[in-house]
Amino acid sequence: MTATGPTARTAAPAAVPVTAALALGDDALVLSHRLGEWAGHAPVLEEEVALANIALDLLGQARVLLSLAGDEDELAFLREERAFRNLQLVEQPNGDFAHTIARQLYFSTYQQLLYTELAGTEGPFAPLAAKAVKEVAYHRDHAEQWTLRLGDGTETSHERMQRACDALWRFTGEMFQPVEGLEADWRGMEDRWLESVTDVLGRASLTVPQGPRTGAWSAGAGRQGLHTEPFGRMLAEMQHLHRSHPGAAW
Amino acid sequence: MVTATALEAELLELAGAVPDPELPVLTLRELGVLRAVRLHGGDTVEVDLTPTYTGCPAVEAMSLDIERVLRAHGMREVTVRTVLTPAWSTDDITPEGRQKLAEFGIAPPRVGHDSGPVPLALGPTRTREPQSPAEPVRCPHCGSAETELLSRFSSTACKALRRCLACREPFDHFKEL
Repeated sequence: MTATGPTARTAAPAAVPVTAALALGDDALVLSHRLGEWAGHAPVLEEEVALANIALDLLGQARVLLSLAGDEDELAFLREERAFRNLQLVEQPNGDFAHTIARQLYFSTYQQLLYTELAGTEGPFAPLAAKAVKEVAYHRDHAEQWTLRLGDGTETSHERMQRACDALWRFTGEMFQPVEGLEADWRGMEDRWLESVTDVLGRASLTVPQGPRTGAWSAGAGRQGLHTEPFGRMLAEMQHLHRSHPGAAW
Repeated sequence: MVTATALEAELLELAGAVPDPELPVLTLRELGVLRAVRLHGGDTVEVDLTPTYTGCPAVEAMSLDIERVLRAHGMREVTVRTVLTPAWSTDDITPEGRQKLAEFGIAPPRVGHDSGPVPLALGPTRTREPQSPAEPVRCPHCGSAETELLSRFSSTACKALRRCLACREPFDHFKEL
């Protein structure tokens, strides 16, 4: 990110709800960083490229969204953990490849539904949503194809994919908490999300997890700035260079 | 696109002739990313550019190239604005642009195709989608319609990697968006 990038110059309309811009922008930024961690570690070259491309799409979204809320570099590199408004789902560590795919399936299904809703509004997020929803359709397709292949693959791949879906299930309830400043039919989205994920898991011969979809915390989750333990370490790595060398540029 | 004056039309043509930094066979005009050129006063110009993908890193290089070309043409101040609306689509690539892509060895995007991924059934190993009834993706080398998808993402976000089943060559496909 550079402050002089063309996106940074996009004029910020007066009435942008900052909380919502941060929620959407932080989801994209944090997941982009997590996917970037696969660089050099993906199981095959095609996946190396695919995950990096998805990360790049998300980074592009994050730049536009954070620029609506303020200075993109300051927001990305100088905020403390508690100031981030991303879902806990997107900050979860990559785990094995199945874990990453389960996270992708859950999140891209949500993002596609949410951006479709936002694209149909007159709000400040409509232009970005209308553009990005087309990219996200490819992300969701990628996750779906891998879920099918792993779920309906070998005994080991099936078992790992099921474990990943189960482990991340408790982070999926948070996605449908209404976000201040976003016009969306949250209940309807949740129904459509469950329907879509149930369909994919069924075709992949996987079982829809039965556990609770939120943690035991009543104080909220990522949208309230409450994050899980691995997020601090991720931020330390992501922000280290900028904090050590303020204003450094390539 | 408003081209009020002859100079604006000339500047639009100059900016439009800038090659795409990643696919230099295409100009920005052929790629369909140049939206407008507006002249303010005698030597201040504002250019509207739209990204192909939201995260496309080529946008910054394109902006710099446009600035350089227009300054060389006597413009004192050049501002390149990134606009997102209406969202770019592969249908914005001109017919010459498609032709050039094919000659360069990249299968061009199909026109008027519903954007987004095509659902496909999984074979035992590789995926081979049922070709859409409308138009198959043809091999840019031998022209065969018998091609299969290797990966949805290739060297850049805008391309998918495919393989020809007739001549066996792998090739990039500028995927529909």
